[in-house]
Amino acid sequence: MTLLTPEDLQAVTLTLKLASVSTVILLCIATPLAWWLAHTNRWYKGLIAACVALPLVVPPTVLGFYLLLLMGPQGIVGEFTRWLGIGALPFTFAGLVVGSVLFSLPFAVQPIQNAFEAMGKRPLEVAATLRANAWDRFISVAVPLARPGFLTAIILAFAHTVGEFGVVLMLGGSIPGETQVLSVAIYTHVEAMEYNEAHWLAGGMVLFSFLVLVGLYRVGGSWSKGAR
Amino acid sequence: MSGIRAQFKLQRDSFALDATFEAPMRGVTALFGHSGSGKTTLLRCIAGLERAAGSLHVNGSVWQDDKTFVPVHKRALGYVFQEASLFPHLSVRANLEYGYQRITPAQRKVKPEQVIDWLGLSHLVERRDPVSLSGGERQRVAIGRALLVSPEILLMDEPLSALDTKSKQEILPYLERLHRELDIPVLYVSHALDEVTRLADHLVLMEKGKVIASGSLHDTLSRLDLPTAHFDDAGAVIEAIVAQHDEKYHLTRLDFVGGELWVGKVDQPFGSDVRARVLARDVSIATQAPQGSSINNILNARIEEIRDEGADKVLVKLRVGESQILLSRITRRSRDHLGLVEGMFVCAQVKSVALMS
Repeated sequence: MTLLTPEDLQAVTLTLKLASVSTVILLCIATPLAWWLAHTNRWYKGLIAACVALPLVVPPTVLGFYLLLLMGPQGIVGEFTRWLGIGALPFTFAGLVVGSVLFSLPFAVQPIQNAFEAMGKRPLEVAATLRANAWDRFISVAVPLARPGFLTAIILAFAHTVGEFGVVLMLGGSIPGETQVLSVAIYTHVEAMEYNEAHWLAGGMVLFSFLVLVGLYRVGGSWSKGAR
Repeated sequence: MSGIRAQFKLQRDSFALDATFEAPMRGVTALFGHSGSGKTTLLRCIAGLERAAGSLHVNGSVWQDDKTFVPVHKRALGYVFQEASLFPHLSVRANLEYGYQRITPAQRKVKPEQVIDWLGLSHLVERRDPVSLSGGERQRVAIGRALLVSPEILLMDEPLSALDTKSKQEILPYLERLHRELDIPVLYVSHALDEVTRLADHLVLMEKGKVIASGSLHDTLSRLDLPTAHFDDAGAVIEAIVAQHDEKYHLTRLDFVGGELWVGKVDQPFGSDVRARVLARDVSIATQAPQGSSINNILNARIEEIRDEGADKVLVKLRVGESQILLSRITRRSRDHLGLVEGMFVCAQVKSVALMS
């Protein structure tokens, strides 16, 4: 019985790296986006919200396909990145990050947006009457009150990136050490009839997913308790 | 110039605010009206929480005009919301000191310990979780938190209306002390006449988004042309001093300009100021001094104005002495039987007096 092969281990570290980088980038993008969505009354709010939610309904392969075209040498993004001297992004780790961020965006935005909306305007108004400027209000009131939303967003974004397959396969292929993440590694094992190796990785994923959900429910529980 | 001068116009889907008023920079000014009359919106405009067209001058500085809009956090105000709205993620002390820490030491006129002591919060201040406080306690913390920014003016939006009767009774003495002991002008939004008569010195009366009258509490409440005179609990306010205690009968004599009233024993020393309220329905009228009456308080008065109220009642405005006004609600039949007309001298019989402080 073999445990993890060096390639498998590489896939695990690559996956964790991808998920961590994506989650950090997602938080940076999702927080202002969620804030804007929670507070704006503009007519195009619905449009933006729909764009953010799109990856929830569009099949990952479709998203991956269009990203491949866009970021490829003939795509607009591809030409831009070439002009920047980065080269084309498909089949690179950076390309995977871009894909993951887009694919997991709704999972990061929505919990944060819900948390901002749930607290309402009152705490921020109170803080304003207590001399806190806009940034101060955001840091000292909005973020701590939205903490459960942030935790949920982090857990979901991370887990969702770990589990993604379609986008990665379309966009990254299966280059060990560069784009071969866990889900792709499992797929490759199964294709090669290496069920034993696939079992170790797949079982690990199940355990990981279970732990994530336990964590989520704990966060959710403390959220509803401290809601008032 | 000192004082508050405000003028706001705001159009909403279902509601328009078009309010102009002036208020002195001392004592308590009540923004009074039914729910939906726009008083909370007006208060929010004053705070800068709502952006309406118009202008606002507070104590000589411009908070808003055509060119200026000072953001909320730069206005020297304290605001107490209807619900205490304490920050649930901060301890009671951190809530109290939230604003205090955001003003410069030179701006600090009160210290946290003074406010904590003053509002009776010392046993609560180390609590970590403000959610565990009672409604009245939370509102006291909210008041303390607002006071600790050393505001030039304190805005209070129905601070008692979310509380049960018991918590109200717990807070009212603090509000009265605030009024008496602290030199901070207060704008107080309320729809409860008894609260207003208890706390306010100055009244801004609102109806359907407009200010329909403003003036001293005494003058405004004694105007028969205003809706306040026709409330079921309409009445006059009397500022009096404690003049004599009658230990034998357990009574206290209150003197006011133009007369005196005997009331049940008041636990306050001689010479202290008290505010009493005499409801229109508790004042009856006799054309000559009644003989053998059980009523203790009979005041000589002159009829200033009579106004019909509904089909069966009239409201009579009575002047006692130089300046004191009393209202009396009697039946139209009594008016005709007694032949009451404006200018007539009568005896006002006061059945009951409510002490407000």
